[in-house]
Amino acid sequence: MRFFGEPIEFEKQAGIGSPVWRGRADGGEALQSFAVAVHRADGRLAALWGGDERLRSGGFRLHCVFGVDAGHAWVSLDLPAENPVYPDLAGIFSAANRMQRATRDLVGIATDSGDQRPWLRHGAWPADWHPLRHDAGEGGNFPNAPSDYAFVQVGGEGAHEIPVGPIHAGIIEPGHFRFSVIGERLLRLEQRLGYQHKGVERLFIGKNIAEGARLAGRVSGDSTCAYAWAYAAAVESACGVSPPPRALLLRALMLERERVANHLGDLGALGNDAALAFGFSQFMRLKEDWLRLNGALFGHRFMMDRIVPGGTALDLEAPALSAIVEQCDIVGREVKQLKKIYDEHAGLQDRFLTTGAIDADLARELSLTGVAARATGMILDARAHRQGYTPPPPWAMLGVRPATDERGDVAARAAVRFAEIFESLRLLREIAVGLPDSAVCIEVPPLPGGCGLGVIEGWRGEVLAGVALDGEGRLARVHPHDPSWQAWPALEHAVMRDIVPDFPLINKSFNLSYSGADL
Amino acid sequence: MSFSGLLWQLFAIVLALALAPLLTGWVNQCRAWMQNRSAPPLLQPYYMLHKLFLKDVVLAHGASHLFRFAPFVVFGCMVLACAIIPTLSTDLPLAPAADTIALVGVFGLARIFISLAAMDIGTSFGSLGGRREMLVGFLAEPALLMVIFTTAMISQSTSVATIVETLAHRDFIIYPSMAFAGIAFTFVSFAENARVPVDNPATHLELTMIHEAMILEYSGRHLALIEWAAGLKLYAYSCLGLALFFPWGIAEGDSMFGLLLAIPVLVAKLAIGGALLAGIESVNAKVRIFRAPEFLGTAFLFAVLGLLVRLLLETRV
Repeated sequence: MRFFGEPIEFEKQAGIGSPVWRGRADGGEALQSFAVAVHRADGRLAALWGGDERLRSGGFRLHCVFGVDAGHAWVSLDLPAENPVYPDLAGIFSAANRMQRATRDLVGIATDSGDQRPWLRHGAWPADWHPLRHDAGEGGNFPNAPSDYAFVQVGGEGAHEIPVGPIHAGIIEPGHFRFSVIGERLLRLEQRLGYQHKGVERLFIGKNIAEGARLAGRVSGDSTCAYAWAYAAAVESACGVSPPPRALLLRALMLERERVANHLGDLGALGNDAALAFGFSQFMRLKEDWLRLNGALFGHRFMMDRIVPGGTALDLEAPALSAIVEQCDIVGREVKQLKKIYDEHAGLQDRFLTTGAIDADLARELSLTGVAARATGMILDARAHRQGYTPPPPWAMLGVRPATDERGDVAARAAVRFAEIFESLRLLREIAVGLPDSAVCIEVPPLPGGCGLGVIEGWRGEVLAGVALDGEGRLARVHPHDPSWQAWPALEHAVMRDIVPDFPLINKSFNLSYSGADL
Repeated sequence: MSFSGLLWQLFAIVLALALAPLLTGWVNQCRAWMQNRSAPPLLQPYYMLHKLFLKDVVLAHGASHLFRFAPFVVFGCMVLACAIIPTLSTDLPLAPAADTIALVGVFGLARIFISLAAMDIGTSFGSLGGRREMLVGFLAEPALLMVIFTTAMISQSTSVATIVETLAHRDFIIYPSMAFAGIAFTFVSFAENARVPVDNPATHLELTMIHEAMILEYSGRHLALIEWAAGLKLYAYSCLGLALFFPWGIAEGDSMFGLLLAIPVLVAKLAIGGALLAGIESVNAKVRIFRAPEFLGTAFLFAVLGLLVRLLLETRV
């Protein structure tokens, strides 16, 4: 099959996961022209990564995943071992910029033009050493050689810079924000991330499937279920197995519980950042109760390692399911009350409304997914039906209604979170009463040379995992992709019409992952 | 000036030094309860001061003498303010030392020093905080002066002691002008003491801070003095508010009984005031920084209304 009349031939990925088509570009031009076609059709760049295939095919390989109407188009491009360069895609999809730079830092395949600044490499290793190459060796002790990073300078009368981070006044993840301001007015924000880089992708190499699942669940702790499922879906597709229906519904149950927990926390934190500490303590209380039930039913407050390739690591009995339903009722009632308080609090709404706004055109241009995209009115949810897209099981039968809002500001992102909590509670009830009887886990025999892509709508947005197995059935390359890659640049745009003291609130309304994007 | 008067003056200052952290602790406790949290101990601010005084001072590179002196100046200003304001009695030796306009000047002096110190070290947060503090200050001061003029017109004097005496010991008359002035004074107190809705004393978000941004680089005894001074400022403002609007219970002269009675009355009034402060803080969100001028503009408006009401309606022909 072909997309948009482009010459790349695609084949649908096996399995029951999200619809993914795989294709191979003959050269850089073919990839570039496909990207242009996707962009023209209002598609998006979902992920971009590279791999060292010199032992298997004699060169490097670039992987680009594009989001199209029907699902995802995964295009691979083979690059020569000597001088592996490919055409710059950042001019078509600006989201490509950071992914391309990270790929160059890690694998050593670069774009032929455009931004050549390092992204993940902060001077902890030399520029000619690439940790994901098979001949990189142990690496070991490189002298730390931090170099100056060329931030874009803003000139003019009264313009100055405020550097913030990577160490902040609160206990949060590290990231550097360079604000160019006049007085309180923000002229420009440039982020520098990568302080959380811990070599996750290199750790995957050579692990077996089960070890990989544990690692995938730890890429970004608040999205452990989404990552574990995306990884599991990719592995299942690569090995040609399908998990049993009960396992799929249990996974959905865990994913929705993760979504509710995080949305509760975010809504509380949004109140707190506007100094309404009442909202913070109320939502935190609800979140704590929620996590405690997780701990009691799943043996882990964040449900880490409960989703495994082949199914789930545990089954829920009837009493556990009724406890879940009961909690849904209580939380639903309380959140309804709190929503009323938030909606009617003039001071809070004054902070929320029009703050940090982005519109749907910009969201599309930046390949944005998840809560932030839906808050601009885009109907983009991997769980929900939309024009030309049918969600995979178990979502198809649950009939997920995507929550959207047209405004694109902090208020809209808060409103989408509220709506998603109510929708998730409905889904949880529906799953809990309608669980079919079946096994919850099947064997996944590794298929040497197999590869697959998993796509899961995490609470933040679209989480992807690309998996490739080597000749012995071990992991040759795994790329976990966080929606924050696309959303961080959106934050840079969202603050443009606002003032410095509103940044924390806008930042919290996105609540992006540092760890997931720093890998 | 009698010897016992001097003793009582000294006692009033010591009482201010001792009660100020307690008031802060009480407000924090009330706020925690109102937000369904378990509260820190009442004495927490004292533990904090104790800890900070024991710690070494870490000075920023390039900090000038100004940076090191500023905490002492600010602390001194606040102690002086607490001495001028009649907390226990209107007849203490220092009360006539400065009138209300000078009192506003003392607060202004402290503000200038802490803002300069914040800018002195050259961090972006320091200048950010200093800039915002001046924005709040230059809008709050006129409103405060207007409030004071209203009370001064009633008592025909700008001396705090005289104002309090007049207001407390005339026949009981409800002045509508004082109601307007009271609202304005409350607004100004919130802004001046870095409370919600203008500032948030509990925040860790460095980009939104006003007062906290200025003192980010302070440590050890310097920080202790500044924290203590912040407590004293809240105490001073509370006492000023109580003296102007609820003056009953403040002793006149230095009779032993009157002064002894004044202490529990003051503590009770502060406790109620602190609880009210916590309540207002709990139900409000912080305003956008550019709404702070609106907030203080409203305060100024109320203060002017109070003055007009006094001039047009309350003066006898």
